[in-house]
Amino acid sequence: MSQDDMHRMAFREEAGELLGELEASLLALEDQPEDQDLINRVFRAMHTIKGSGAMFGFEDIAAFTHEVETVFDKVRNGLLPVSKTLLDLTLAARDHIKLLLEAADTADGPDPAIALQGQGILDGLRRFSPAAPVQAEAPAVMPETVRGMATYRIRFKPGPGFYATGNNPLHFLEDLAELGDMRRYLHAEEVPCLEDMDPEVCHVWWDIILGARKSYSQIQDVFAFVEDDCELAIDQIDNGEALSDAGVYKKLGEILVERGDLTPDDLAQALAAQKRLGTVLADSGLVAKSKIEAALVEQEAVREIRKAREPAAESASSIRVAAEKLDDLVDLVGELVIVQSQIKQEALAGNDPTLKALSEHLERLSDDLRDSTLGIRMLPIGSTFSRFRRLVRDLSAELGKEIDLVTSGEETELDKTVIERLGDPLVHLLRNSIDHGVERPDERRASGKPPRGTVFLSAEHSGGSVVIRITDDGRGLDARAIRAKAVERGVLPPEAELCDKDLFNLIFLPGFSTAKAITNVSGRGVGMDVVKRAIESLRGAVEIDSVPGQGTTITVRLPLTLAIIDGLQIQTGREFYVAPLSLVEECVDLPRDEAGEGDKIINLRGEIVPYIRLRDFFGIDGCPPDVEQVVVSSVEGSRVGLVVDRVIGEHQTVIKSLGRIYRDVEGLSGATIKGDGTMALILDVPGLLRAAVESGN
Amino acid sequence: MAAEDTTLNDNQYLTFVLENELFALNIGSVREVLELTSITKVPRTPEFIRGVINLRGRAVPVVDLRMKFGMGETRRTVNTCIIIVEVELDGESTVLGALADSVQEVYEMESSQIEPPPRMGTRIKAEFITGMGKSGDRFIVILDINKVFSAEELTLAADAGRGQPLAEGREVAVDAGA
Repeated sequence: MSQDDMHRMAFREEAGELLGELEASLLALEDQPEDQDLINRVFRAMHTIKGSGAMFGFEDIAAFTHEVETVFDKVRNGLLPVSKTLLDLTLAARDHIKLLLEAADTADGPDPAIALQGQGILDGLRRFSPAAPVQAEAPAVMPETVRGMATYRIRFKPGPGFYATGNNPLHFLEDLAELGDMRRYLHAEEVPCLEDMDPEVCHVWWDIILGARKSYSQIQDVFAFVEDDCELAIDQIDNGEALSDAGVYKKLGEILVERGDLTPDDLAQALAAQKRLGTVLADSGLVAKSKIEAALVEQEAVREIRKAREPAAESASSIRVAAEKLDDLVDLVGELVIVQSQIKQEALAGNDPTLKALSEHLERLSDDLRDSTLGIRMLPIGSTFSRFRRLVRDLSAELGKEIDLVTSGEETELDKTVIERLGDPLVHLLRNSIDHGVERPDERRASGKPPRGTVFLSAEHSGGSVVIRITDDGRGLDARAIRAKAVERGVLPPEAELCDKDLFNLIFLPGFSTAKAITNVSGRGVGMDVVKRAIESLRGAVEIDSVPGQGTTITVRLPLTLAIIDGLQIQTGREFYVAPLSLVEECVDLPRDEAGEGDKIINLRGEIVPYIRLRDFFGIDGCPPDVEQVVVSSVEGSRVGLVVDRVIGEHQTVIKSLGRIYRDVEGLSGATIKGDGTMALILDVPGLLRAAVESGN
Repeated sequence: MAAEDTTLNDNQYLTFVLENELFALNIGSVREVLELTSITKVPRTPEFIRGVINLRGRAVPVVDLRMKFGMGETRRTVNTCIIIVEVELDGESTVLGALADSVQEVYEMESSQIEPPPRMGTRIKAEFITGMGKSGDRFIVILDINKVFSAEELTLAADAGRGQPLAEGREVAVDAGA
């Protein structure tokens, strides 16, 4: 790959990210049209795309983005209100930039149709010149805000009668601290000695530096009632505009002169002394030491407030790493974990205390290494939620429905691969809720609901897995219709007795759709069966629950990672298997009297637990031992036992795919490498259970 | 990658023995030859797919060619080998292992020395054979590894191994990423 190609690829990646950010910011602007921070973010994203685009030879993108940026520059400067029309257009522009990016990959250049479409968007945007009167839309209110973070210098000297009026200076400091980021310097040098001290007079005063997104008058308001009882000086020393002379900070002398603590002439003299100014001034007694210190506090505060404002500092310092490198790292850690468990076995078998100690130490280290390596691959799921926001917005408009998307748990972290592969099924489930779940406003009114429907999308950690729920307050599922359809399709015998929940879960069967008309929304040739399969291929599970007239909840459970799990190693015959420890509840001996030919159930402290004999199910030859063991697992809320020859113990299990050939094998989800280098198979307990039920075992 | 190799070594073949008969694979599709290691059986799969081995941290399925060709199970001897091959399966390159009673040599044959496969009379399906070569007075059956290990052959077998017909409307699993 040439240097040039690499740059172009880097730009594409960066632009893709920026477009995602842009979309999220635009959608957030819909709710908070006057949020200056969001407006700045939109502008910055556009600006960066334009600049880098021009640099790496994406001229069409640069030219197009430039026009959009121009409009947003006006918004940024308060010349244009944020309106729905503007947001619609900007979103369309964002999609257009994405198209241009994709078109840049093809050799034959941009499609004329695309160019035409871009022209249309630009024409729409050009109408937003400040000269033209804004359409009959209510302009968004622009409160008196300051662009970004301004910095104020406040000198607050309570007068002699300050206490007498019942005021406490500390309250004012607290009020200021609530406005933003406050530093204060206490001047206590005027406190007299005890016998001269009048306890009813305030002898101290403050120099305060406040960084806040507030206007001058808002700061002034804090002292509204005490202005006559104190000496007060408020100066704006930094207005929060983009840093024209970034990195230039005022010198100490400048600050002191501005504060009136030092005359310019004295400053010039002191500077001539060629020592650190602070020392010179303090030594010469030109300025009290405390004032110098207060000025130094200001210098530091301004520096920090500005630093916080720099966009680069918004995100923690981070580096970009190719995903393959991370995958390699995870593989290596996986190998290490295997070797570590081999060493542990050796150490436990021998009786060398040093080796045992070393092996324990190694285990701790490799556990930590495993966790932090997998942690690197963890991303908050919120990054995908933003694209759903757009989906809900556009789709509900298309279908003439009014729907709010409410999300929670954006910070929930999942493995990168899981997040990537989860996108499509989630999109499909959401489409389903919008298309089939939430009713049209008139229908909702008729059934006494508010016309606006809501779709909740939430993610949360629960034990070793992540639970994602999609809930709508729509019409719910019609168990009778599903039943009729299932009987008609021959999936269900007419006399079958099923509870509603089981009926609902029939919609995950292939080719099962109860929608009266196939819309182009959820239809598209894929059904819920594909969603289910996609989620199961991530070792997850999906289930559905619904109350007619009140809505539907779809719950998706997913493992945190696809790479390494804690497993329970078991043996049957000469074969070794691993069951995911997260599903295992306990292991008990199989009582002789329940191991017979009759019903395959055991009595576990009074509870009836059905079991599957792995030996029978997998067709393993040989005779079982006298006492077999039962691994009691919880699968989808019910308990089931797996009867095995013996349980060996817990092991960290590095998951290897079994590949394409074994994709359809029931009851297995992968393989792992045992301590001796041979392979053991990982059981897919829910799948095993299903297969056993189907084959009437 | 494999395609480039075939053009380079187009006339080189790895010869091996299955039950006293000589077979050959084009060297382009052969990755390496291993001694027989421990194979982990995968339950509820066809007999001729013997299971998986650990190949430097990857699970690689191993196929018993003798069983596939109806010559009975391969028995473990000092000479038994696993030939690791790379095949195209549904457009994806997949690594598989093939059991052989013994591996002979890398043998060079010009295309002029290779006869087309006979229509009948061979023990194995004609479509698995790309041609017949000769080594001295012995015939060599040159296998078309992509045909032997085609998706149909392997999945047909997989269904048979499950011992029950597929549910109606069942289709090939769709990758979540698609």
